[in-house]
Amino acid sequence: MSEQHEHTHHIVSPKVYVVILLALCVGTALTVWASFLELGPWNPVVALAIATTKAMLVVLFFMGVKYSTKLTKLTVISGIFTFMALIGMTLADYMSRAWGRW
Amino acid sequence: MSATIISLPDQSTARIPKTNFITKENGLLSWLLTGDHKRIAILYLISITFFFFIGGALAGLIRLELLTPQSDLMATDTYNKVFTMHGVVMIFLFLVPSVPATLGNFFIPMMIGAKDLALPKINLLSWYLYVVGGILVIYTMASGGVDTGWTFTTPLSTHYINTNVMSTGMAVFIAGFSSIFTGLNFIVTLHKMRCPGMTWFRLPLFCWAHYAASILMVLGTPVLAIAIVLLALERTIGIGVFDPTKGGDPLLFQHLFWFYSHPAVYIMILPGMGVISETVSTFSRKRVFGYTAVAFSSVAIAVFGFFVWAHHMFIMGISNYAMLVFSLLTMLVAVPSAIKIFNWTFTLYKGSITFETPMLYSFGFMGLFTIGGMTGVFLGSSGTDIHLTETYFIVAHFHFVMVGGMLMAFLAGIHFWWPKMTGRMYPEKISQLAAVVTFIGFNLTFFPQFILGTLGMPRRYAAYPPEFQILNVFSTAGATVLGVGYLMPVLYLVWSLKYGAIAGDNPWQATGLEWQTQSPPLTENFLVTPIMDHEAYDYEWLEKQQAKEVASVG
Amino acid sequence: MSDSPAIVHGAPTEAGHSHGEHPAYQRHHFETVEQQADATNFAMWLFLLTEVMFFGGLFCAYLIYRNWYYPAFVSASHQLDVRWGTANTFALIFSSFTMAMGVWCAEMKKKGGLVLCLSLTFLLGMVFLGIKTIEYHEKWEKHHIPGIRYSMQSFLNPASDEAAAAYGDKPLPLDMARHTEIYFFLYFAMTGMHALHMIIGIAILGYMIIRARAGAYTTGHVTFVENFGLYWHFVDIIWIYLFALLYLISRHP
Repeated sequence: MSEQHEHTHHIVSPKVYVVILLALCVGTALTVWASFLELGPWNPVVALAIATTKAMLVVLFFMGVKYSTKLTKLTVISGIFTFMALIGMTLADYMSRAWGRW
Repeated sequence: MSATIISLPDQSTARIPKTNFITKENGLLSWLLTGDHKRIAILYLISITFFFFIGGALAGLIRLELLTPQSDLMATDTYNKVFTMHGVVMIFLFLVPSVPATLGNFFIPMMIGAKDLALPKINLLSWYLYVVGGILVIYTMASGGVDTGWTFTTPLSTHYINTNVMSTGMAVFIAGFSSIFTGLNFIVTLHKMRCPGMTWFRLPLFCWAHYAASILMVLGTPVLAIAIVLLALERTIGIGVFDPTKGGDPLLFQHLFWFYSHPAVYIMILPGMGVISETVSTFSRKRVFGYTAVAFSSVAIAVFGFFVWAHHMFIMGISNYAMLVFSLLTMLVAVPSAIKIFNWTFTLYKGSITFETPMLYSFGFMGLFTIGGMTGVFLGSSGTDIHLTETYFIVAHFHFVMVGGMLMAFLAGIHFWWPKMTGRMYPEKISQLAAVVTFIGFNLTFFPQFILGTLGMPRRYAAYPPEFQILNVFSTAGATVLGVGYLMPVLYLVWSLKYGAIAGDNPWQATGLEWQTQSPPLTENFLVTPIMDHEAYDYEWLEKQQAKEVASVG
Repeated sequence: MSDSPAIVHGAPTEAGHSHGEHPAYQRHHFETVEQQADATNFAMWLFLLTEVMFFGGLFCAYLIYRNWYYPAFVSASHQLDVRWGTANTFALIFSSFTMAMGVWCAEMKKKGGLVLCLSLTFLLGMVFLGIKTIEYHEKWEKHHIPGIRYSMQSFLNPASDEAAAAYGDKPLPLDMARHTEIYFFLYFAMTGMHALHMIIGIAILGYMIIRARAGAYTTGHVTFVENFGLYWHFVDIIWIYLFALLYLISRHP
């Protein structure tokens, strides 16, 4: 209740949605094209970078996080943070197992 | 123990308010379809108590078996099933929902001056999911039980065991969603439902503790859910992610499992810490020392809690380097926990302390939790852990934290808020006796297990070498005393429902908003939405308020 | 001190309920409609957090095994048809767009537009599931269902397999070929879990279309459409990652 003053009901114009749609389509085409290139270790990096950019566009505009409260932004960030903790700490174990015993 | 802060209304004229959330509607359906957070809390309280005694009976069987070195009361595989079911029932059906789903459900909306939780239907759904999970556990027990240990360790649970892993897994999965919905509801409520003037730093610390625990429920539990789903698929169609013969890694299950199950111990203990903050303040008539530090230490425990899980896997074959990092991070959790203990102690300092039952349980909590927490540091450092893990030292450690800590806090909370929930006082003398009996019984049961552990007695075995018998006899004797200690509250609390003294609005002279309304409360909690115009634990405000009342009545 | 909480006794009076006119959709325990909308919106976001962590476990498993068995993952990923995958990505992106437009229509109180947008979203969702069914069926025929119906033929002898041959895959040693099963399990677990979310979403969309035709959501109370939109976009995001991770590991010959 004390946070309701933060509630700004921003209505995004359809023009923005069309631009985002086009950007997402370009991103999809780009990532498919990139997967056919020989980039060595950069293949997954490029694929994930494009996917993350697309996801960011969806989160910021389609889901309206760009126009929403700090609380929503914090919620999204905390989700990413915990997800990274799970992946990062688990992978840290798997990666360092290869280093053997000291 | 003559000093007391209890102030009851004149018993000859006092009566329970005619309209309250209990009398508002009648009939079983009005309870089963209710959206009222207080009624759902009562439903939870009843079901949780039921499962507590099932889990307790299983614990009794374990202790009876361990009375003698041979496995004579039951076969060894039956023993495996008994301790597994004890773990599953106590953790998923008692400890995780204990304080949050009963006291949290009942009092968080009242403490923040709201009419209800933000999502009453989700709250009811959460109880039904809990019941379904509980029924599945009972089904598991009736159809032969499960013997994986409550951790479902792979590949034992996927390849070597033919008991009811599936139904137990499903029970845990469903009970997990019940806990997710409770946590989600609390977070939304604490953010969006606070009454005017109730800023974050005026919230009772009980709310802060629940907020931190809820974060863990919402972010941790889904990982348990997916781990259980993968386990079920591995068992049924043999997909290979946990199967070394197909290239999978059984340790991955443990990573996912402990990613939830380590934070889960904070889900269990944090709400208990919230209760202690309330009781320590009320019964020493002082604002909690270092309010902000205690509030943030709850959140710190929640955040650190996500980075320490692999200390459950030090002997399982994780890398040395990961072991070092997880061991160091584990030590970090000790810091916010110690902040809490120190701050409660400083709250006591120069306070006018009285020794009513909730306070006795709180002292029990502080002593036992400290021992449990300190031994946790032994286990967190990888060197000593390799020696002590899988022995009775572990068993003693987590029972000190969970039973000595959480259960004491739960009982402290139940006694503390009983007058508010029911409108009647529990009998003070006998309940003080129960608190003392519980404390003695607890120490007698679990302290010998520390010694057994350091001597090297492994956990999870029905038989043990004869030289360990004397300590095991102590432990079993203690369990009997402990059982009496837990039965007593049930009897006198039920008795007090009819014969207890009328409590009035605020028998403890406590400051929380929940005490500033009638007991038992109205369905709407408050007639007029309250306005919070003072800090939490402001006893001077309360005195002025009461002086004003007297003046206006006079 | 005049505004401190009142100690209350007795039954609530009727006056307690009659102050202010609330719209019918405001639940009794909220003070204002904005509070209700905020609370449900926040609850939806928290629910999506739990979904992130739920999928997080699967992504974690994927990353570990992809690191361990990279050649198996590359060869196995060649068995997925990148054209179907791309088509499905476009279907979901467009459905996300129509969903966003649907929310806009609801906010602008355009009933016709809302029904149209929801129906298009519904349709695109069905297209996605249709294509997924074709792909799953192909896996069944080629014995690529882990645990139930699995054969390593395509990886031990890639020349015998059209898709593998097209990418010029070299035969994998038996030890590595066995691990393609883990790839296919993760493929089915991740896309299956995603498809389950799609099915739930489509069912809710169907319900919403019926309600929208009756004029719901276009009277100012758009919370349900908004929150469903968040869910639908989230499902889209999951697919964006699944497409990159499962189909596009490495496609160069």
